[in-house]
Amino acid sequence: MDKFTTLTGIAAPMPLVNIDTDMIIPKQFLKTIKRSGLGKNLFDEMRYDSDGNEVPDFVLNQPAYREAEILVAGDNFGCGSSREHAPWALLDFGIRCVISTSFADIFFNNCFKNGILPVTLPQDAVDVLMDDARKGANARITVDLEAQTVTASDGQSFGFEIDPFKKHCMLNGLDDIGLTMEKAAAIDTFETEMAQARPWV
Amino acid sequence: MTGQPRTLYDKIWDAHVVDRQDDGTCLLYIDRHLVHEVTSPQAFEGLRMTGRGVRAPDKTIAVPDHNVPTTDGRETHIDNAESRIQVNELDKNAREFGVHYYPVTDVRQGIVHIVGPEQGWTLPGMTVVCGDSHTATHGAFGALAHGIGTSEVEHVLATQTLIQSKSKNMKVEITGSLPPGVTAKDITLTVIGRTGTAGGNGHVIEYCGQAIRDLSMEGRMTVCNMAIEGGARAGLIAPDEKTFAYVQGRPHAPKGAAWEAALNWWRTLKSDEGAHFDKVVTIAAEDIAPVVTWGTSPEDVLPITGTVPAPEDFAGGKVEAARRSLEYMGLKPGTRLQDIAIDAVFIGSCTNGRIEDLRAAAAILKGRKLADGLRGMVVPGSGLVRAQAEEEGLDQIFLDAGFEWRLAGCSMCLGMNPDQLKPGERCAATSNRNFEGRQGYKGRTHLMSPAMAAAAAVTGRLTDIRELTGATV
Repeated sequence: MDKFTTLTGIAAPMPLVNIDTDMIIPKQFLKTIKRSGLGKNLFDEMRYDSDGNEVPDFVLNQPAYREAEILVAGDNFGCGSSREHAPWALLDFGIRCVISTSFADIFFNNCFKNGILPVTLPQDAVDVLMDDARKGANARITVDLEAQTVTASDGQSFGFEIDPFKKHCMLNGLDDIGLTMEKAAAIDTFETEMAQARPWV
Repeated sequence: MTGQPRTLYDKIWDAHVVDRQDDGTCLLYIDRHLVHEVTSPQAFEGLRMTGRGVRAPDKTIAVPDHNVPTTDGRETHIDNAESRIQVNELDKNAREFGVHYYPVTDVRQGIVHIVGPEQGWTLPGMTVVCGDSHTATHGAFGALAHGIGTSEVEHVLATQTLIQSKSKNMKVEITGSLPPGVTAKDITLTVIGRTGTAGGNGHVIEYCGQAIRDLSMEGRMTVCNMAIEGGARAGLIAPDEKTFAYVQGRPHAPKGAAWEAALNWWRTLKSDEGAHFDKVVTIAAEDIAPVVTWGTSPEDVLPITGTVPAPEDFAGGKVEAARRSLEYMGLKPGTRLQDIAIDAVFIGSCTNGRIEDLRAAAAILKGRKLADGLRGMVVPGSGLVRAQAEEEGLDQIFLDAGFEWRLAGCSMCLGMNPDQLKPGERCAATSNRNFEGRQGYKGRTHLMSPAMAAAAAVTGRLTDIRELTGATV
């Protein structure tokens, strides 16, 4: 997993609430057995018409946002299924950070496994950043994970909360499985004890 | 751990902590890992690339469900090349890593969340995960069960643990008794309508109260199944005698002395008097009506006696979302829900694909016909549910009514296989999500109970089940 330290980039505004994982990556693209290549189908049914042509109005099709690295989104982003194809598609498109007032739980966790930083901020802060994002490529938003801040193009800065362990893993690009493998002895002990206490498991 | 009153969630959590870091992050042991073909190939590939194995193949259960066709001949051939590859990959991975496996040739194959409980893999007090958000279903047994992403699937395969931070506790109490015509599906939809799809974010819900106690195990599974649609990490119901009776004798349930030992522990699995809940929602069962969804979010729930709302009825970001939903659904504000004509009926899914669901639908359809021009599909949740239904003659009722009687799988709940709506088609569905495109590109979904879906099938429009059964409104 790539490290996430700081990011300055174009933010695309997606004010719609409850953007679900079926919108982010529709089911027909879940048939892959790979993690890569999903960026072209990110938001597929919003981004293309039934003939496969780009919908010009859709934000990521607009010239100013084609290189967006940040999404500023409406409440409850990523609700729905557990499909990690959603963060894979975002990452493959080039999105490394999503900012919203809240995220669905599984999507939120999946982001951290892929070096995408989900940032939760209060409504008034998201409103400011959404307005900033609407300015297009001229407005660049800066996300600093170490300092836990998001800074709008006019210098206005907002602090955000993050779980310290998740932050540590993101800053250092750590592999969860490798970290857990170091605790193999504790897992062995737990299994031995459970074989006594709950043998039916 | 003693002294402080604990919730059911606290108790199951505490019983599975392998390691606790200073910042509170825990390594949680996973008792059962369910695997299907869509969210697992990259995880198995990850194991291969890193030279890791499956730590506990005996606690890992694989079954293909999302992609599989529900028509005859699938045992030997799947037309869609990508689906075929995914199913073949699961087949290869299950055999190579030696996990329990139910291929489509096995009568026990079905939707993973129906197979788990059916085979006795799901037991009270367990931690159960799967790369699928509807893993919440298993919470009906008093098991801590939730969906995970593919990276976490790989993590569980390799270590039989998950790195977790604890969620908050939320209590949803349904007091009193359900009126006639109102089912578990109406309870769970009503709760989501009340709390919203983000209402449970960051929480694990414990459902309780008389109306929950009164539900069968299958009804409880329906309720917990949709905890995720309410945003919760998991839904839980404390196990009781009904739970134990359901579990006893199933192939992988404990037997003899182990059964007695298990019962002793299971009986302690309930929230202590005075345990703290961060959020409490109480709904009187008497206030719950048969409901349907009108929009493209599971929170867009209304009693069937209602009318389509207007965007201005909402506030904030929901105004634009409602406008978009109405346009997508092709509905005008003020339309009576009962006047909405449908094109298709889907009965099945991990929410409502069990035998009691099929019985409820068949009870309405017996001696009646699918309305002219409608397409109807019944997809049992597992091969065993299908066999049971055939033994009871339910298949004949569905066939006589004009429905298709399919093989087990997820089918048109998410339309990854050929079972999909056509653009613009409107479906009365017993599944769990009404998202844009969920059942097929531009397809329109109205969620409801099996009995309500059957009623809609007969009249050709969204229908109040109480009209057909004569129950008083």
